[in-house]
Amino acid sequence: MSQETDILEEVTSGEYKYGWVSDIEQEIIPIGLNEDVVRLISAKKNEPEFMLEWRLKAFRQWEKMKEPTWANVHYPPVDFQSISYYAAPKKKKELQSLDEVDPELLRTFDRLGISLDEQKRLSGVAVDAVIDSVSVATTFRHKLAELGVIFCSMSEALQEHPELVRKYLGSVVPAADNYYAALNSAVFSDGSFCYIPKGVRCPMELSTYFRINAANTGQFERTLIVAEEGSYVSYLEGCTAPMRDENQLHAAVVEILALDNAEVKYSTVQNWYPGDKNGKGGIYNFVTKRGLCAGRKSKISWTQVETGSAITWKYPSVVLKGDNSVGEFYSVAVTNNFQQADTGTKMMHIGKNTRSLIVSKGISAGKSQNSYRGLVRINKTAKNARNFSQCDSLLLGDKCGAHTFPYLEISQKDSVVEHEATTSKIGEDILFYCNQRGLDTEEAVSLIVNGFSREVLNQLPMEFAVEAQKLLAISLEGSVG
Amino acid sequence: MLQIKNLHASVDGNEILKGVDLEIKAGEVHAIMGPNGSGKSTLASVLAGREDYDVTEGSITFEGQDLLELAAEERAREGIFLAFQYPVEIPGVSTVNFLKTALNEIRKHRGQDSIDAIDFLQMMRQKMSLVEIDEKLIKRSLNEGFSGGEKKRNEIFQMAMLEPKFAVLDETDSGLDIDALRIVAGGVNKLRSLNNSFLVITHYQRLLEYIVPDYVHVLSGGKIVKSGGKDLALELEEKGYDWVRTELTADAEA
Repeated sequence: MSQETDILEEVTSGEYKYGWVSDIEQEIIPIGLNEDVVRLISAKKNEPEFMLEWRLKAFRQWEKMKEPTWANVHYPPVDFQSISYYAAPKKKKELQSLDEVDPELLRTFDRLGISLDEQKRLSGVAVDAVIDSVSVATTFRHKLAELGVIFCSMSEALQEHPELVRKYLGSVVPAADNYYAALNSAVFSDGSFCYIPKGVRCPMELSTYFRINAANTGQFERTLIVAEEGSYVSYLEGCTAPMRDENQLHAAVVEILALDNAEVKYSTVQNWYPGDKNGKGGIYNFVTKRGLCAGRKSKISWTQVETGSAITWKYPSVVLKGDNSVGEFYSVAVTNNFQQADTGTKMMHIGKNTRSLIVSKGISAGKSQNSYRGLVRINKTAKNARNFSQCDSLLLGDKCGAHTFPYLEISQKDSVVEHEATTSKIGEDILFYCNQRGLDTEEAVSLIVNGFSREVLNQLPMEFAVEAQKLLAISLEGSVG
Repeated sequence: MLQIKNLHASVDGNEILKGVDLEIKAGEVHAIMGPNGSGKSTLASVLAGREDYDVTEGSITFEGQDLLELAAEERAREGIFLAFQYPVEIPGVSTVNFLKTALNEIRKHRGQDSIDAIDFLQMMRQKMSLVEIDEKLIKRSLNEGFSGGEKKRNEIFQMAMLEPKFAVLDETDSGLDIDALRIVAGGVNKLRSLNNSFLVITHYQRLLEYIVPDYVHVLSGGKIVKSGGKDLALELEEKGYDWVRTELTADAEA
């Protein structure tokens, strides 16, 4: 019984994933970033010594680095010294019923098709025992533990499996990989750790598990997924529900390592606050995501649905080191109003017979700017490598922009690299045509956008695909007509 | 079924329709002919509810309802269909998927449930044969890469599927070769019944050899200047639109 109560507590607190414990009092350290702050963060989290060293090294490198400016995005400079880098999240005021929740938020939940119980959880309403969720979560825990799958917060992992974290952290995205990754390495708050042992096929979509636990992500999140030989996991993070956050700057890092014959499918739905209709506010989302196909015949597949954030800077990549390894990137990026997205992928072919596939769908509306930036690099060693890229842009209205920046670096003459691109525009003519057949404008946009994105949405776990479809339509609301 | 009274409409401040009167009863087929720029397509757009057109005077009543009060999609759900002169291409949406969505909207409006997948398939097969449209074609993105004739055939196919009460064919014959014209007209003829009516807008008499109208109207300078039976079309073809204009001037002088 007490175990069940504990889990219920975890499930309903909405902060489980962070691994915060209740005896940490709510506190925010003063703004600014220096070595003492890094030390303080590590101490607060009671981290092993190696972790502190790693953070400090990253911090020293970061100090020497310059913020990148090559992306096709424009924003006022971020003052990194005006940010507080450690904040125990405020315990949200618990609401008594959904009546107390912002009605606009509730409308969005309804339209996304999110169940009442889940609505309560997402908006911080006290939940009665949600028996279903609890039993499912408990069953999951047992089942995962039996198989030796480790799935916990990064903080927990540092306490319980420090040797694994030490071995793999930074093995794909080194601490000083780039400006934001270095910042993240120095001050990361928390994140997820996922380890699939040799030969284990994770029996459930870890997405479902997430849905039941917590949908929150932090400001400087760090995720590490390790798939040992012959293992498989499908992992989903993020949430279709709108996410608001007081922190404007988000710099996450995700690392994936796949050994021989291992397969990792990583899906994400990003719906951070994009700012208001006039472009005020909104999250700056500077993310480094990289997978390493270290082993033979390994496979890493990224699927992303990006609808939120004022600025997105994100290039989930795959390093195809193992012979016959496969990298995939499926992306739908929607920008509306004044949003700016510069997103795409990197496929680095090193091993022989490596294959990569890129399917990118950019949808721009309002006065937004949407850029695809992708690199396909075929090294000399990558005999018989193969890449196919498809980059499609859809413009709604005539004040938005779509840009494509494909980079191809090919040093191996046996390779085959193909790039296809299309641009279509949805104007008044098309909308009137749809209206004339009985569809209102919102439905028309939804139908067209979903048709356009289908190839990518099909890659998502079923229950998310449906919500993601609705999310696309909602994100584009008011963009036409 | 449909009454148009003293309809005035303008685009960007230019008056194009200058007092159109027309009554169409259930089961009737009316043809509107007229020279370029006479306002034929404007009339079609106003009937369908295109927002760029401002109705400045007059009324349109459809089955007792004030049509001008309704948005384009509401008119469509009430049973008004426009076969476009220039059908658009919609990337990523197949004709099948598009029609299923449209049909279900109309059904919802009528208080019916969404159509069953098997019933829809059967209905599609049956209507496809009406306009001899290929199944491969309607599984592709709507009108994308279609020839002019295929697009027009797709319009009539959609009309067959949505079973409107009142359909406007806006220069459906333009850009069709004689075989395609025969197929399209044949499709329309099979859909004619006592319960529905058609307004066929055309430049040439040729189409009216295949779709035989009950009434022919001549639209010129934003007004219906002459109405008659099917023979009027032949007379027009023979004498040209100048004949109508001369006759009008003569009338005015008399």
